[in-house]
Amino acid sequence: MAACDIPALIVNVQRGGPGLGGIQPSQSDYWQATKATGHGDFQILVYAPATIQEMVDLVGLAFDKGDEYRIPAMILADGMLGQMMEPVKLPEATTKRAVDKPWACCGHQNKREHNILNSLLLSPKELEDLIIQRYKRYDVIKKNEQKWDEYLLDDADIVVVAYGASARVSHTAVDMARQQGIKAGLLRPITLWPFPVKAFESLKETAKAFISCEMSMGQMVDDVRLAVECKKPVSFVGRTGGKIPTPGEVLNKIIEVGGVC
Amino acid sequence: MEKVIFKKPHALTDVPFHYCAGCTHGIIHRLVAEVIDELGCEGHTVGISPVGCAVMNYDYFNCDMIEAPHGRAPAVATGVKRAHPENVVFTYQGDGDLAAIGTAETVHAATRGENITVIFVNNTIYGMTGGQMAPTSLPGQVTQTTPYGRDVDKAGFPVRICEMLSTLDGVALAQRTSVDTVKNVNETKRAIKKAFQNQIDGRGFSIVEILSTCPTNWGMNPIESLDWLRENMIPYYPLGVYKDERKGARLENE
Repeated sequence: MAACDIPALIVNVQRGGPGLGGIQPSQSDYWQATKATGHGDFQILVYAPATIQEMVDLVGLAFDKGDEYRIPAMILADGMLGQMMEPVKLPEATTKRAVDKPWACCGHQNKREHNILNSLLLSPKELEDLIIQRYKRYDVIKKNEQKWDEYLLDDADIVVVAYGASARVSHTAVDMARQQGIKAGLLRPITLWPFPVKAFESLKETAKAFISCEMSMGQMVDDVRLAVECKKPVSFVGRTGGKIPTPGEVLNKIIEVGGVC
Repeated sequence: MEKVIFKKPHALTDVPFHYCAGCTHGIIHRLVAEVIDELGCEGHTVGISPVGCAVMNYDYFNCDMIEAPHGRAPAVATGVKRAHPENVVFTYQGDGDLAAIGTAETVHAATRGENITVIFVNNTIYGMTGGQMAPTSLPGQVTQTTPYGRDVDKAGFPVRICEMLSTLDGVALAQRTSVDTVKNVNETKRAIKKAFQNQIDGRGFSIVEILSTCPTNWGMNPIESLDWLRENMIPYYPLGVYKDERKGARLENE
């Protein structure tokens, strides 16, 4: 789909892996979603909801952005969100299209040349040119489509970076840290690709340390390091295999990192 | 006064085929295009190309064309048909594509009774990749990967797609034909037309399996290839209609 520039929405409610793994919540598909969705040079949009309302809202956004940029999009949720119930406000139904799709294969009605959707380009030059054009589109996406949420970041010394279910745990841990007088805050990426590097622009100067909290062995932590440009220490806290970190575990990491700063 | 008595179907483009000399893909392409012309459906037809020798047939048919990944043509066709049920949607697949990597997509599109048309070209070998054994290769058949002949004790038995799919209630038409003689070419065209008309009439999943030759990888000339098809393939893959009824009809009769 990415190679044919076909928009689509893929939903991955992550469980523990690899292989059959387990059936408890996980965030260990981060690399697959953001870096290695398939073979070849390509990216897809990746949205990470942290509430059920966001699970609803991001569906419409993902479809619209997928159409706008002719790119597949993914909602990368986790088994905890997948099993939760929360009240939601459903958007009003609409039939409006974000964009026209003159490229679509839905019959030429004898009014135009036939459309071809194809990912086979046997000429290396043609394939390289196409990929370079696609990456120019990715640059526009990186510039315009980064999304994130901030919590108590204005004066934060310790910034916890977390998405999805682990962001909800981290939110509680940040509150507990604040009660102990530690200036902690939460930066919650909503787009995982493009990764919200803009959110780090001032934080990497003002904060003292960053913690990536994930339900994996630490897959987003490298993106946090790149966003911080190694100007501040970045450490990891998390659980994997279907285990969810407790607010206490995250708080302990905040205290540990805070003690060093 | 000059009068046109024979011409290329409109549903074929002017792009020259890349197929090997003596290969029967060209005949089958023409038959599909003639049927599209006769039904007047080119403007609302979407074709799904396979991976294999016919991979580039998106350049040959004048209707909208989508190139599916290996074996996934019936899945892509399902999406295209369900999104635009008014369109005529066909897949064109070889035996490596349909009967090996795409078996799951084929069987499940059939059993769901997807209202699509499948043109299945069976030449008992992987042509494009250089003549390796396919699931459809005959017992004892010499291929690149079975130089001493297909040993069914090691490599298993060939799969008979039409017989298998005819057991499924979602199937409207499962018919096997050949293009080795004029008579059989004509019969193949009738079957293809029926498979398209079934879709227009909403009767269910229709598949036409067409026995085809691969002179290059069989190591024969075109004439020998047609003889080999008649002497070896037709006995194992008998021609005929294996199912011809509206999908679900058997349930209604119970």
